[in-house]
Amino acid sequence: MIDIKDISKSFGGRQILTSIDGSFQPGDTSLIIGGSGTGKSVLLKCMIGLIKPDSGEVLYDGRNFLTGDLNEQKAIRREMGVLFQGSALFDSKTVLENVRFPLDMLTEQSESEKVERAQECLQRVGLENAADRMPSEISGGMKKRVGIARAIVLNPKYLFCDEPNSGLDPLTSIKIDQLISEITDEYKITTVVITHDMNSMMEIGEKIMFLYEGKKLWQGDSNSLTQSNVKELNEFINANKLIREMEK
Amino acid sequence: MSRIGSYFIFLGTLFRNREKLRVYLSLILNECTLIGVGSIFIVALVNIFIGAVTCVQTAYNLTNPFVPKNIIALIVRDSSILELAPTLSCIVLAGKVGSNIASEIGTMRITEQVDALEVMGINSSSYLILPKVIASVLMFPLLVIMAGFLAILGGYIAGTLAGVISSEDYISGLRFEYKPFGIVFALIKTVVFAFLISTISAYQGYNVSGGALEVGAASTSAVTNSCIAIVAADFVLTQLLLT
Repeated sequence: MIDIKDISKSFGGRQILTSIDGSFQPGDTSLIIGGSGTGKSVLLKCMIGLIKPDSGEVLYDGRNFLTGDLNEQKAIRREMGVLFQGSALFDSKTVLENVRFPLDMLTEQSESEKVERAQECLQRVGLENAADRMPSEISGGMKKRVGIARAIVLNPKYLFCDEPNSGLDPLTSIKIDQLISEITDEYKITTVVITHDMNSMMEIGEKIMFLYEGKKLWQGDSNSLTQSNVKELNEFINANKLIREMEK
Repeated sequence: MSRIGSYFIFLGTLFRNREKLRVYLSLILNECTLIGVGSIFIVALVNIFIGAVTCVQTAYNLTNPFVPKNIIALIVRDSSILELAPTLSCIVLAGKVGSNIASEIGTMRITEQVDALEVMGINSSSYLILPKVIASVLMFPLLVIMAGFLAILGGYIAGTLAGVISSEDYISGLRFEYKPFGIVFALIKTVVFAFLISTISAYQGYNVSGGALEVGAASTSAVTNSCIAIVAADFVLTQLLLT
């Protein structure tokens, strides 16, 4: 379980996040939604330690990630998998090398064990035939799937996905969403997904947190998403023509 | 001043929380190939011509019949070993290797590859940059040794082909008043230049934020700042070691 308490962050006097609280459960795919520039990615970066918040706590199963010493932080980081918005695959490495990279760096497994595990993860995301290709030779959707394979190769307890559907066509987006959801169920991972994609909210959003101008305005499940009284959330949802027509 | 301070803090991060030694070995070998072998052609070409030009220009300026012809070779030798091979080669390498380091790391930064390393708990600066610094410090002196040899050879070829000096005069000039410390001095300078070029370029790339435009600007700054650092360090080292 991940708990965030009172997270605030400002850049150059501009308040980006204001006292964000929240809890993310194992086995759930939790979504953080909101328009562009509302602080979603900054919140995610605070949670995974890429940005230090001005105040607040991030607790991983009760362990304080921000105040722990370097070894404690490293131990928590090894339990994390992160899928970045642009996939963040290493250009100079093949698909297989990208996936096995965390194993090379962080484990003492034998060569054959590493290759076997990396191939297993590639198989899980349906890319076992792309192992020898370079990131520049594969499509955006495939890059996302390689990113997921790399993120799960160490059997993480916590999975973070930053806009996993950005730049993908609707069909590929659904496949990526389903893959994230299946992996979360299968391995009982605590998954946090940043998105502003309505399809994702309806497809995989078990728990949803809505951010607006750096503040948490609403939290609930996907069933209650369209019944909220929060004006900003309704405006955000109704910006989608399909939802507007469904509601008519 | 704050940028200089931030540069020294950055240098500190290269040596803290390093990964296991075996991780660096293959990276260093790879970087040695890219930095060293990949720069042989341009360094060789530049130095052959620089040696040739030095020889012909020196001959052109030595009009006094009382000055022996072998002085031309002595001047080519000393200027090549003391200044042209180490300093000019490193300025060329600042353009080739420095811009490459800055743009590679800058691109990794803006495409979140550096963040990907950080979230895995890997010290990204040490993992990405330390092998480049070590490879530069190892390979630049070898390139400069080759550069010095080729500059003198270039002078010989140009001088004898142009008829400004005979083969015998050139060889006797090379042997005349030779001080071996010149080579030690050139190598000390080169090691310092290699460290400056690799760390300044890496610093520029590592601190990029934005997009392609900023990566280009970082690459330009890397070359400019490296060249400034080279000429400043050249003066300081010459004062310290040759006076």
